[in-house]
Amino acid sequence: MTAAPFTDEELARIRADFPILSRTVRGGRPLVYLDSGATSHKPRQVLDRERWFYETVNAAVHRGAHQLSEEGTDAYESARETIARFIGAQASEVVFTRNATEALNLVAYAFTNGTHGGGGGSGERFSLREGDEVLVTQMEHHANLIPWQEACRRTGATLRHVPITEDGRLDLSDLDSLLTERTKVFAFTHVSNVLGTLNPVRELVERARAVEALTVLDACQSVPHLPVDVADLGVDLLAFSGHKMFGPLGVGVLWGRGELLDEMPVFLTGGSMIETVTMESATYAPVPQKFEAGVPVAAQAVALATACDYLTDLGLDRVHAHEQALTERLVRGLVARPWVRVLGPSDLRERGGAVAFHVDGVHAHDVGQVLDDHGVAVRVGHHCAWPLHRALRVPASTRASFAAYTTPGEVDALLEGLDHVPAMFGMEVPA
Amino acid sequence: MDLYQELILEHYKRPVRAGLREPYEAEVHHVNPTCGDEVTLRVHLAGGGDHAVVEDISYDAMGCSISVAAASILAEEVTGETVGEARETVEAIRRMLTSKGEDPGDEDEIGDGVALAGVAKYPARVKCALLSWMAFTDALHQAEGVSP
Repeated sequence: MTAAPFTDEELARIRADFPILSRTVRGGRPLVYLDSGATSHKPRQVLDRERWFYETVNAAVHRGAHQLSEEGTDAYESARETIARFIGAQASEVVFTRNATEALNLVAYAFTNGTHGGGGGSGERFSLREGDEVLVTQMEHHANLIPWQEACRRTGATLRHVPITEDGRLDLSDLDSLLTERTKVFAFTHVSNVLGTLNPVRELVERARAVEALTVLDACQSVPHLPVDVADLGVDLLAFSGHKMFGPLGVGVLWGRGELLDEMPVFLTGGSMIETVTMESATYAPVPQKFEAGVPVAAQAVALATACDYLTDLGLDRVHAHEQALTERLVRGLVARPWVRVLGPSDLRERGGAVAFHVDGVHAHDVGQVLDDHGVAVRVGHHCAWPLHRALRVPASTRASFAAYTTPGEVDALLEGLDHVPAMFGMEVPA
Repeated sequence: MDLYQELILEHYKRPVRAGLREPYEAEVHHVNPTCGDEVTLRVHLAGGGDHAVVEDISYDAMGCSISVAAASILAEEVTGETVGEARETVEAIRRMLTSKGEDPGDEDEIGDGVALAGVAKYPARVKCALLSWMAFTDALHQAEGVSP
Protein backbone atom coordinates (compact mmCIF):
# COMPACT_ATOMS: atom_id res chain seq x y z
CA MET A 1 0.00 0.00 0.00
CA THR A 2 1.42 3.37 -0.98
CA ALA A 3 1.69 6.18 1.54
CA ALA A 4 -1.15 8.68 1.77
CA PRO A 5 -0.97 12.48 1.79
CA PHE A 6 -1.54 14.15 5.17
CA THR A 7 -5.14 14.61 6.25
CA ASP A 8 -6.48 18.07 7.12
CA GLU A 9 -6.23 17.16 10.77
CA GLU A 10 -2.63 16.05 10.48
CA LEU A 11 -1.78 19.16 8.49
CA ALA A 12 -3.27 21.37 11.17
CA ARG A 13 -1.11 19.62 13.76
CA ILE A 14 2.04 19.95 11.64
CA ARG A 15 1.36 23.61 10.91
CA ALA A 16 0.93 24.36 14.60
CA ASP A 17 4.62 23.44 15.01
CA PHE A 18 5.72 26.23 12.64
CA PRO A 19 5.21 29.61 14.34
CA ILE A 20 5.85 31.67 11.21
CA LEU A 21 2.97 30.07 9.32
CA SER A 22 0.48 31.98 11.45
CA ARG A 23 1.81 35.43 10.56
CA THR A 24 0.18 37.71 8.02
CA VAL A 25 1.70 39.65 5.15
CA ARG A 26 0.84 42.63 2.90
CA GLY A 27 -1.89 44.23 4.93
CA GLY A 28 -3.19 41.34 6.99
CA ARG A 29 -3.38 38.57 4.40
CA PRO A 30 -2.57 35.09 5.66
CA LEU A 31 0.84 33.93 4.51
CA VAL A 32 0.71 31.36 1.72
CA TYR A 33 4.29 30.14 1.65
CA LEU A 34 5.13 28.27 -1.54
CA ASP A 35 8.88 28.84 -1.51
CA SER A 36 10.10 25.95 0.61
CA GLY A 37 12.48 24.91 -2.16
CA ALA A 38 14.43 28.10 -1.47
CA THR A 39 14.28 27.66 2.28
CA SER A 40 11.82 25.83 4.47
CA HIS A 41 10.39 27.12 7.70
CA LYS A 42 11.52 25.65 11.00
CA PRO A 43 9.38 23.88 13.56
CA ARG A 44 9.48 24.96 17.18
CA GLN A 45 11.26 21.70 18.10
CA VAL A 46 14.24 22.65 15.93
CA LEU A 47 14.32 26.23 17.20
CA ASP A 48 14.11 24.99 20.80
CA ARG A 49 16.95 22.56 20.23
CA GLU A 50 19.26 25.25 18.86
CA ARG A 51 18.38 27.47 21.78
CA TRP A 52 19.02 24.53 24.14
CA PHE A 53 22.55 24.20 22.77
CA TYR A 54 23.37 27.84 23.39
CA GLU A 55 21.69 27.91 26.78
CA THR A 56 23.17 24.73 28.25
CA VAL A 57 26.21 23.24 26.48
CA ASN A 58 27.56 26.07 24.35
CA ALA A 59 31.27 25.53 23.74
CA ALA A 60 33.78 25.29 20.94
CA VAL A 61 33.39 21.56 20.37
CA HIS A 62 36.40 19.25 20.07
CA ARG A 63 38.49 21.70 22.09
CA GLY A 64 38.82 22.44 25.77
CA ALA A 65 38.92 20.10 28.74
CA HIS A 66 35.93 21.56 30.50
CA GLN A 67 32.53 20.06 31.02
CA LEU A 68 30.71 22.33 28.58
CA SER A 69 33.12 21.38 25.82
CA GLU A 70 32.58 17.69 26.62
CA GLU A 71 28.81 17.99 26.56
CA GLY A 72 28.80 20.21 23.50
CA THR A 73 31.05 17.76 21.66
CA ASP A 74 28.78 14.93 22.71
CA ALA A 75 25.73 16.71 21.35
CA TYR A 76 27.54 17.54 18.12
CA GLU A 77 28.75 13.98 17.55
CA SER A 78 25.41 12.41 18.37
CA ALA A 79 23.82 14.81 15.86
CA ARG A 80 26.23 13.37 13.31
CA GLU A 81 24.98 9.88 14.15
CA THR A 82 21.33 10.88 13.82
CA ILE A 83 21.92 12.55 10.46
CA ALA A 84 23.93 9.56 9.23
CA ARG A 85 21.08 7.21 10.19
CA PHE A 86 18.65 9.51 8.41
CA ILE A 87 20.40 8.86 5.08
CA GLY A 88 21.47 5.29 5.77
CA ALA A 89 25.14 6.12 6.34
CA GLN A 90 27.92 5.75 8.91
CA ALA A 91 28.58 8.69 11.23
CA SER A 92 32.24 8.92 10.14
CA GLU A 93 31.04 9.52 6.57
CA VAL A 94 29.07 12.66 7.44
CA VAL A 95 30.92 15.97 7.10
CA PHE A 96 29.35 19.20 8.33
CA THR A 97 29.80 22.25 6.14
CA ARG A 98 28.24 25.73 6.19
CA ASN A 99 25.87 24.85 3.37
CA ALA A 100 25.50 22.54 0.39
CA THR A 101 27.37 25.00 -1.82
CA GLU A 102 30.39 24.65 0.44
CA ALA A 103 30.02 20.87 0.39
CA LEU A 104 30.12 20.83 -3.42
CA ASN A 105 33.03 23.26 -3.49
CA LEU A 106 34.83 21.01 -1.02
CA VAL A 107 34.66 18.16 -3.52
CA ALA A 108 35.65 20.33 -6.49
CA TYR A 109 38.62 21.77 -4.59
CA ALA A 110 39.63 18.30 -3.39
CA PHE A 111 40.15 17.45 -7.06
CA THR A 112 42.18 20.60 -7.66
CA ASN A 113 44.33 19.93 -4.61
CA GLY A 114 44.76 16.29 -5.58
CA THR A 115 45.95 17.35 -9.03
CA HIS A 116 48.76 19.34 -7.48
CA GLY A 117 49.65 16.72 -4.89
CA GLY A 118 48.27 18.78 -2.02
CA GLY A 119 45.55 18.40 0.58
CA GLY A 120 46.97 15.24 2.10
CA GLY A 121 45.07 12.94 -0.23
CA SER A 122 46.33 9.80 -1.83
CA GLY A 123 45.83 8.16 -5.18
CA GLU A 124 44.99 9.30 -8.65
CA ARG A 125 41.26 9.22 -8.10
CA PHE A 126 41.11 12.84 -6.97
CA SER A 127 43.06 14.49 -9.73
CA LEU A 128 42.09 16.26 -12.92
CA ARG A 129 44.39 16.81 -15.85
CA GLU A 130 44.20 17.85 -19.46
CA GLY A 131 42.31 15.13 -21.30
CA ASP A 132 40.19 14.34 -18.22
CA GLU A 133 36.55 15.31 -18.26
CA VAL A 134 33.97 16.40 -15.74
CA LEU A 135 30.37 15.74 -16.67
CA VAL A 136 27.45 17.77 -15.30
CA THR A 137 23.92 18.34 -16.57
CA GLN A 138 22.15 21.30 -18.09
CA MET A 139 19.65 21.36 -15.22
CA GLU A 140 22.20 21.93 -12.45
CA HIS A 141 21.87 24.62 -9.84
CA HIS A 142 24.80 27.03 -10.20
CA ALA A 143 26.22 25.45 -7.02
CA ASN A 144 26.83 22.19 -8.87
CA LEU A 145 28.04 23.88 -12.03
CA ILE A 146 30.36 26.78 -11.27
CA PRO A 147 32.63 24.85 -8.83
CA TRP A 148 33.24 22.39 -11.70
CA GLN A 149 33.79 25.16 -14.24
CA GLU A 150 36.45 26.53 -11.92
CA ALA A 151 37.99 23.13 -11.18
CA CYS A 152 38.33 22.53 -14.92
CA ARG A 153 39.80 25.97 -15.46
CA ARG A 154 42.38 25.34 -12.74
CA THR A 155 43.36 21.89 -13.93
CA GLY A 156 42.92 21.94 -17.71
CA ALA A 157 40.20 19.29 -17.60
CA THR A 158 37.18 19.63 -19.90
CA LEU A 159 33.65 20.29 -18.68
CA ARG A 160 30.84 18.58 -20.57
CA HIS A 161 27.15 18.40 -19.92
CA VAL A 162 24.13 16.19 -20.45
CA PRO A 163 21.48 18.31 -22.24
CA ILE A 164 17.80 18.34 -21.34
CA THR A 165 14.76 17.40 -23.38
CA GLU A 166 11.89 19.77 -24.26
CA ASP A 167 9.97 18.61 -21.21
CA GLY A 168 12.86 19.10 -18.83
CA ARG A 169 14.21 15.60 -18.37
CA LEU A 170 17.82 14.56 -18.91
CA ASP A 171 18.42 13.64 -22.53
CA LEU A 172 20.34 10.40 -22.12
CA SER A 173 20.30 9.49 -25.82
CA ASP A 174 23.94 10.52 -26.24
CA LEU A 175 25.19 9.53 -22.80
CA ASP A 176 27.61 6.95 -24.17
CA SER A 177 29.64 9.61 -25.91
CA LEU A 178 29.44 12.01 -22.94
CA LEU A 179 30.24 9.55 -20.18
CA THR A 180 33.45 7.77 -21.19
CA GLU A 181 36.68 6.51 -19.67
CA ARG A 182 37.86 10.14 -19.83
CA THR A 183 35.13 11.14 -17.34
CA LYS A 184 36.52 11.39 -13.83
CA VAL A 185 33.47 12.91 -12.18
CA PHE A 186 29.80 12.89 -13.01
CA ALA A 187 28.03 15.52 -10.90
CA PHE A 188 24.26 15.75 -11.17
CA THR A 189 21.19 16.67 -9.25
CA HIS A 190 18.74 14.21 -7.73
CA VAL A 191 15.74 16.50 -8.13
CA SER A 192 15.83 19.67 -10.26
CA ASN A 193 15.36 22.72 -8.06
CA VAL A 194 13.39 24.39 -10.85
CA LEU A 195 11.42 21.69 -12.63
CA GLY A 196 11.12 19.14 -9.87
CA THR A 197 12.42 16.50 -12.32
CA LEU A 198 13.32 13.33 -10.46
CA ASN A 199 16.45 11.96 -12.13
CA PRO A 200 17.12 8.22 -12.55
CA VAL A 201 20.02 8.14 -10.08
CA ARG A 202 20.58 4.38 -10.03
CA GLU A 203 20.76 4.16 -13.80
CA LEU A 204 23.19 7.07 -13.99
CA VAL A 205 25.35 5.62 -11.23
CA GLU A 206 25.51 2.30 -13.04
CA ARG A 207 26.62 4.00 -16.24
CA ALA A 208 29.22 6.04 -14.35
CA ARG A 209 30.56 2.97 -12.57
CA ALA A 210 31.05 1.20 -15.87
CA VAL A 211 33.61 3.87 -16.82
CA GLU A 212 34.93 4.29 -13.26
CA ALA A 213 33.75 7.88 -12.91
CA LEU A 214 33.00 9.16 -9.43
CA THR A 215 29.43 10.31 -8.89
CA VAL A 216 28.52 13.46 -6.96
CA LEU A 217 24.84 13.94 -6.21
CA ASP A 218 23.24 17.27 -5.37
CA ALA A 219 20.52 16.05 -3.01
CA CYS A 220 19.32 19.46 -1.76
CA GLN A 221 15.87 18.98 -3.25
CA SER A 222 15.48 15.29 -2.44
CA VAL A 223 16.68 14.72 1.13
CA PRO A 224 14.00 17.07 2.56
CA HIS A 225 11.19 15.57 0.50
CA LEU A 226 11.55 11.83 -0.04
CA PRO A 227 13.28 8.84 1.53
CA VAL A 228 16.98 8.94 0.59
CA ASP A 229 19.31 6.07 1.33
CA VAL A 230 22.88 6.52 0.16
CA ALA A 231 23.57 2.80 -0.12
CA ASP A 232 20.44 2.31 -2.17
CA LEU A 233 21.33 5.16 -4.55
CA GLY A 234 24.88 3.90 -4.93
CA VAL A 235 26.46 7.34 -5.40
CA ASP A 236 29.97 8.14 -4.19
CA LEU A 237 29.41 11.60 -2.74
CA LEU A 238 26.24 13.48 -1.87
CA ALA A 239 25.52 17.00 -0.64
CA PHE A 240 22.49 18.61 0.96
CA SER A 241 21.62 21.67 2.98
CA GLY A 242 20.02 21.89 6.40
CA HIS A 243 17.84 24.95 5.96
CA LYS A 244 15.72 23.40 3.20
CA MET A 245 14.69 20.51 5.47
CA PHE A 246 13.33 22.30 8.56
CA GLY A 247 16.87 22.77 9.91
CA PRO A 248 18.60 26.04 10.70
CA LEU A 249 20.50 28.26 8.31
CA GLY A 250 24.26 27.82 8.22
CA VAL A 251 24.71 24.08 8.07
CA GLY A 252 25.10 21.69 5.18
CA VAL A 253 26.21 18.10 4.85
CA LEU A 254 28.63 16.28 2.62
CA TRP A 255 28.36 12.53 2.69
CA GLY A 256 30.95 10.33 1.04
CA ARG A 257 31.78 6.63 1.00
CA GLY A 258 34.24 6.00 3.81
CA GLU A 259 37.18 4.77 1.76
CA LEU A 260 36.78 7.66 -0.66
CA LEU A 261 36.76 10.29 2.06
CA ASP A 262 39.93 8.71 3.45
CA GLU A 263 41.63 9.26 0.10
CA MET A 264 40.10 12.63 -0.64
CA PRO A 265 42.32 15.72 -0.26
CA VAL A 266 41.14 18.44 2.11
CA PHE A 267 39.72 21.81 1.08
CA LEU A 268 39.60 24.30 3.96
CA THR A 269 42.55 24.10 6.32
CA GLY A 270 43.27 25.49 9.77
CA GLY A 271 42.30 24.59 13.30
CA SER A 272 40.57 21.34 14.27
CA MET A 273 41.43 19.44 11.11
CA ILE A 274 45.06 18.61 11.92
CA GLU A 275 47.01 15.74 13.40
CA THR A 276 50.47 17.33 13.76
CA VAL A 277 51.75 20.76 12.75
CA THR A 278 55.26 22.18 12.35
CA MET A 279 56.27 25.52 10.86
CA GLU A 280 56.79 23.81 7.53
CA SER A 281 53.94 21.37 7.17
CA ALA A 282 51.06 19.51 8.74
CA THR A 283 49.39 16.14 8.70
CA TYR A 284 45.66 15.85 8.88
CA ALA A 285 43.13 14.28 11.22
CA PRO A 286 41.09 11.25 10.17
CA VAL A 287 37.68 11.70 8.54
CA PRO A 288 35.40 13.46 9.09
CA GLN A 289 37.45 15.97 11.13
CA LYS A 290 39.97 16.61 8.37
CA PHE A 291 37.18 18.26 6.37
CA GLU A 292 35.93 20.41 9.25
CA ALA A 293 38.40 23.25 9.66
CA GLY A 294 37.61 25.95 12.19
CA VAL A 295 35.09 25.93 15.00
CA PRO A 296 32.28 23.72 13.70
CA VAL A 297 28.67 24.80 13.32
CA ALA A 298 27.66 22.76 16.35
CA ALA A 299 24.39 24.39 17.41
CA GLN A 300 23.15 24.24 13.82
CA ALA A 301 24.21 20.60 13.40
CA VAL A 302 22.47 19.64 16.64
CA ALA A 303 19.29 21.41 15.55
CA LEU A 304 19.54 19.78 12.12
CA ALA A 305 19.50 16.37 13.78
CA THR A 306 16.23 17.38 15.44
CA ALA A 307 14.88 18.34 12.01
CA CYS A 308 15.83 14.85 10.77
CA ASP A 309 13.95 13.31 13.69
CA TYR A 310 10.99 15.54 12.94
CA LEU A 311 10.91 14.37 9.31
CA THR A 312 11.38 10.76 10.36
CA ASP A 313 8.39 11.08 12.69
CA LEU A 314 6.29 12.49 9.84
CA GLY A 315 7.47 9.68 7.56
CA LEU A 316 9.37 10.66 4.42
CA ASP A 317 7.18 8.40 2.29
CA ARG A 318 4.15 10.35 3.47
CA VAL A 319 5.88 13.70 2.95
CA HIS A 320 6.64 12.60 -0.61
CA ALA A 321 3.07 11.39 -1.20
CA HIS A 322 1.72 14.64 0.21
CA GLU A 323 3.89 16.80 -2.02
CA GLN A 324 3.08 14.70 -5.07
CA ALA A 325 -0.62 15.23 -4.43
CA LEU A 326 0.01 18.98 -4.20
CA THR A 327 2.07 18.89 -7.39
CA GLU A 328 -0.74 17.12 -9.20
CA ARG A 329 -3.28 19.63 -7.93
CA LEU A 330 -1.17 22.55 -9.06
CA VAL A 331 -0.19 21.11 -12.44
CA ARG A 332 -3.85 20.32 -13.17
CA GLY A 333 -4.86 23.85 -12.25
CA LEU A 334 -2.12 25.37 -14.38
CA VAL A 335 -2.80 23.18 -17.39
CA ALA A 336 -6.42 24.34 -17.28
CA ARG A 337 -5.13 27.88 -17.93
CA PRO A 338 -3.96 27.94 -21.55
CA TRP A 339 -2.00 31.16 -21.02
CA VAL A 340 0.33 29.30 -18.66
CA ARG A 341 3.15 27.03 -19.79
CA VAL A 342 4.10 24.42 -17.21
CA LEU A 343 7.81 23.60 -17.37
CA GLY A 344 9.16 20.15 -16.64
CA PRO A 345 7.99 16.56 -17.08
CA SER A 346 4.35 15.94 -17.89
CA ASP A 347 4.54 12.54 -16.20
CA LEU A 348 3.92 13.42 -12.57
CA ARG A 349 5.69 10.29 -11.36
CA GLU A 350 8.94 11.84 -12.57
CA ARG A 351 8.46 14.92 -10.39
CA GLY A 352 9.25 16.07 -6.89
CA GLY A 353 7.56 18.89 -4.98
CA ALA A 354 8.36 21.87 -7.20
CA VAL A 355 6.46 23.30 -10.15
CA ALA A 356 7.84 26.03 -12.39
CA PHE A 357 5.74 27.80 -14.97
CA HIS A 358 5.78 30.67 -17.42
CA VAL A 359 2.92 33.04 -18.13
CA ASP A 360 2.92 34.02 -21.81
CA GLY A 361 3.89 37.64 -22.26
CA VAL A 362 4.36 38.42 -18.59
CA HIS A 363 7.71 38.32 -16.85
CA ALA A 364 8.01 36.08 -13.80
CA HIS A 365 8.85 39.07 -11.62
CA ASP A 366 5.48 40.59 -12.40
CA VAL A 367 3.67 37.30 -11.82
CA GLY A 368 5.42 36.96 -8.46
CA GLN A 369 4.52 40.52 -7.51
CA VAL A 370 0.83 40.01 -8.20
CA LEU A 371 0.89 36.77 -6.21
CA ASP A 372 2.74 38.50 -3.38
CA ASP A 373 0.00 41.09 -3.29
CA HIS A 374 -2.34 38.19 -2.51
CA GLY A 375 -0.07 36.92 0.23
CA VAL A 376 1.34 34.12 -1.93
CA ALA A 377 5.11 33.75 -1.68
CA VAL A 378 6.77 32.09 -4.68
CA ARG A 379 10.22 32.23 -6.22
CA VAL A 380 10.74 34.17 -9.44
CA GLY A 381 13.74 34.51 -11.70
CA HIS A 382 16.12 31.83 -12.88
CA HIS A 383 16.44 30.13 -9.46
CA CYS A 384 20.23 29.84 -9.75
CA ALA A 385 19.78 27.76 -12.90
CA TRP A 386 20.36 30.21 -15.72
CA PRO A 387 21.57 27.68 -18.34
CA LEU A 388 18.46 25.58 -17.71
CA HIS A 389 16.21 28.56 -18.44
CA ARG A 390 18.16 29.30 -21.60
CA ALA A 391 17.64 25.71 -22.72
CA LEU A 392 13.90 26.04 -22.07
CA ARG A 393 13.92 29.37 -23.94
CA VAL A 394 12.30 31.33 -21.13
CA PRO A 395 14.05 34.34 -19.56
CA ALA A 396 12.77 33.44 -16.11
CA SER A 397 10.08 31.41 -14.45
CA THR A 398 7.76 31.39 -11.46
CA ARG A 399 8.25 28.45 -9.11
CA ALA A 400 6.01 27.09 -6.40
CA SER A 401 7.61 24.57 -4.08
CA PHE A 402 6.18 22.61 -1.22
CA ALA A 403 6.93 21.11 2.16
CA ALA A 404 5.08 18.83 4.57
CA TYR A 405 3.15 21.82 5.95
CA THR A 406 1.80 22.99 2.58
CA THR A 407 -1.98 22.67 2.22
CA PRO A 408 -4.13 22.04 -0.87
CA GLY A 409 -5.84 25.33 -0.02
CA GLU A 410 -2.54 27.13 -0.52
CA VAL A 411 -2.24 25.65 -4.00
CA ASP A 412 -5.74 26.96 -4.73
CA ALA A 413 -4.75 30.40 -3.40
CA LEU A 414 -1.90 30.50 -5.88
CA LEU A 415 -4.22 29.64 -8.75
CA GLU A 416 -6.72 32.29 -7.66
CA GLY A 417 -3.97 34.89 -7.37
CA LEU A 418 -2.69 33.92 -10.79
CA ASP A 419 -6.06 34.68 -12.36
CA HIS A 420 -5.48 38.37 -11.61
CA VAL A 421 -2.40 38.43 -13.81
CA PRO A 422 -3.92 38.50 -17.33
CA ALA A 423 -6.20 41.47 -16.71
CA MET A 424 -3.49 43.46 -14.98
CA PHE A 425 -1.07 43.11 -17.88
CA GLY A 426 -3.69 43.44 -20.58
CA MET A 427 -3.38 39.91 -21.92
CA GLU A 428 -5.99 38.50 -24.26
CA VAL A 429 -7.34 35.46 -22.48
CA PRO A 430 -9.49 33.05 -24.44
CA ALA A 431 -12.83 32.61 -22.69
CA MET B 1 -0.95 47.84 -5.44
CA ASP B 2 0.73 51.20 -6.11
CA LEU B 3 3.47 49.44 -8.05
CA TYR B 4 1.67 48.97 -11.34
CA GLN B 5 0.56 52.50 -12.21
CA GLU B 6 -1.40 52.77 -15.45
CA LEU B 7 1.46 54.83 -16.87
CA ILE B 8 3.95 52.02 -16.19
CA LEU B 9 1.78 49.45 -17.90
CA GLU B 10 1.37 51.83 -20.86
CA HIS B 11 5.13 52.15 -21.23
CA TYR B 12 5.50 48.39 -20.82
CA LYS B 13 2.99 47.56 -23.54
CA ARG B 14 4.16 50.30 -25.90
CA PRO B 15 7.75 51.19 -25.05
CA VAL B 16 8.88 54.55 -26.39
CA ARG B 17 11.88 54.70 -28.77
CA ALA B 18 12.48 50.96 -28.41
CA GLY B 19 14.90 49.09 -30.68
CA LEU B 20 18.57 49.61 -31.45
CA ARG B 21 19.50 52.37 -33.88
CA GLU B 22 22.49 53.97 -35.61
CA PRO B 23 24.40 56.15 -35.14
CA TYR B 24 25.72 55.83 -31.61
CA GLU B 25 28.92 56.56 -29.74
CA ALA B 26 28.51 53.93 -27.02
CA GLU B 27 26.67 50.69 -26.49
CA VAL B 28 26.40 48.89 -23.15
CA HIS B 29 24.83 45.69 -21.94
CA HIS B 30 23.64 45.48 -18.35
CA VAL B 31 21.99 42.58 -16.54
CA ASN B 32 20.22 42.12 -13.25
CA PRO B 33 21.69 38.81 -12.10
CA THR B 34 18.97 38.06 -9.56
CA CYS B 35 16.19 37.83 -12.15
CA GLY B 36 17.89 37.83 -15.51
CA ASP B 37 16.61 41.19 -16.76
CA GLU B 38 18.83 42.45 -19.56
CA VAL B 39 19.17 45.69 -21.43
CA THR B 40 21.33 46.65 -24.38
CA LEU B 41 21.43 50.41 -24.67
CA ARG B 42 22.98 52.86 -27.14
CA VAL B 43 23.61 56.56 -26.72
CA HIS B 44 24.12 59.09 -29.49
CA LEU B 45 25.36 62.57 -28.53
CA ALA B 46 25.54 65.75 -30.60
CA GLY B 47 28.07 68.41 -29.72
CA GLY B 48 30.63 68.35 -26.90
CA GLY B 49 31.04 68.99 -23.18
CA ASP B 50 28.13 69.61 -20.82
CA HIS B 51 26.27 71.31 -23.65
CA ALA B 52 26.31 68.15 -25.72
CA VAL B 53 22.79 66.98 -26.41
CA VAL B 54 21.52 63.42 -26.00
CA GLU B 55 20.27 62.99 -29.56
CA ASP B 56 19.12 59.43 -29.22
CA ILE B 57 18.74 56.64 -26.69
CA SER B 58 17.93 53.34 -28.32
CA TYR B 59 17.60 50.08 -26.49
CA ASP B 60 16.56 46.48 -26.40
CA ALA B 61 15.12 45.67 -22.98
CA MET B 62 14.14 42.19 -21.94
CA GLY B 63 12.58 41.76 -18.56
CA CYS B 64 9.71 42.56 -16.26
CA SER B 65 7.22 45.37 -16.76
CA ILE B 66 9.11 47.62 -14.36
CA SER B 67 12.44 47.26 -16.14
CA VAL B 68 10.95 47.68 -19.62
CA ALA B 69 8.83 50.66 -18.54
CA ALA B 70 11.85 52.25 -16.86
CA ALA B 71 13.84 51.98 -20.11
CA SER B 72 10.97 53.53 -22.02
CA ILE B 73 10.63 56.38 -19.53
CA LEU B 74 14.37 56.99 -19.69
CA ALA B 75 14.32 57.25 -23.48
CA GLU B 76 11.31 59.53 -23.42
CA GLU B 77 12.49 61.88 -20.70
CA VAL B 78 16.18 62.13 -21.42
CA THR B 79 16.32 62.27 -25.21
CA GLY B 80 16.81 65.90 -26.19
CA GLU B 81 18.29 66.93 -22.86
CA THR B 82 21.82 68.25 -22.55
CA VAL B 83 24.30 65.93 -20.90
CA GLY B 84 24.19 68.11 -17.79
CA GLU B 85 20.40 67.95 -17.61
CA ALA B 86 20.45 64.23 -18.26
CA ARG B 87 22.74 63.68 -15.30
CA GLU B 88 20.37 65.66 -13.08
CA THR B 89 17.41 63.60 -14.28
CA VAL B 90 19.27 60.37 -13.56
CA GLU B 91 20.18 61.61 -10.11
CA ALA B 92 16.56 62.62 -9.37
CA ILE B 93 15.33 59.18 -10.41
CA ARG B 94 18.01 57.42 -8.38
CA ARG B 95 17.16 59.56 -5.33
CA MET B 96 13.47 58.75 -5.62
CA LEU B 97 13.98 55.02 -6.18
CA THR B 98 16.31 54.61 -3.23
CA SER B 99 14.23 56.73 -0.84
CA LYS B 100 12.13 53.79 0.42
CA GLY B 101 9.07 55.79 -0.56
CA GLU B 102 10.04 59.08 1.16
CA ASP B 103 10.69 60.96 -2.09
CA PRO B 104 7.63 60.98 -4.40
CA GLY B 105 9.63 62.55 -7.25
CA ASP B 106 9.07 65.88 -9.02
CA GLU B 107 7.14 65.68 -12.27
CA ASP B 108 8.82 68.84 -13.60
CA GLU B 109 12.16 67.15 -13.22
CA ILE B 110 11.47 63.54 -14.18
CA GLY B 111 8.17 63.62 -16.08
CA ASP B 112 6.64 60.14 -16.40
CA GLY B 113 9.40 58.96 -14.04
CA VAL B 114 7.09 59.80 -11.12
CA ALA B 115 5.09 56.72 -12.04
CA LEU B 116 8.04 54.71 -10.77
CA ALA B 117 7.71 56.19 -7.27
CA GLY B 118 5.80 53.15 -6.02
CA VAL B 119 8.73 50.90 -6.87
CA ALA B 120 10.73 52.45 -4.04
CA LYS B 121 8.51 50.61 -1.55
CA TYR B 122 9.49 47.24 -3.02
CA PRO B 123 13.23 46.87 -2.39
CA ALA B 124 13.46 43.75 -4.58
CA ARG B 125 12.20 45.74 -7.57
CA VAL B 126 14.35 48.85 -7.25
CA LYS B 127 17.12 47.20 -9.27
CA CYS B 128 14.65 46.47 -12.09
CA ALA B 129 13.76 50.15 -12.33
CA LEU B 130 17.36 51.32 -12.06
CA LEU B 131 18.81 48.90 -14.61
CA SER B 132 18.39 51.09 -17.72
CA TRP B 133 19.21 54.27 -15.88
CA MET B 134 22.50 52.83 -14.66
CA ALA B 135 23.17 51.46 -18.14
CA PHE B 136 22.56 54.95 -19.53
CA THR B 137 24.99 56.49 -17.03
CA ASP B 138 27.59 53.96 -18.08
CA ALA B 139 26.97 54.59 -21.77
CA LEU B 140 27.12 58.34 -21.26
CA HIS B 141 30.55 58.05 -19.64
CA GLN B 142 31.77 55.95 -22.52
CA ALA B 143 30.26 58.23 -25.13
CA GLU B 144 32.09 61.16 -23.58
CA GLY B 145 35.32 59.19 -23.71
CA VAL B 146 35.52 58.96 -19.92
CA SER B 147 35.88 55.54 -18.39
CA PRO B 148 33.14 54.81 -15.85
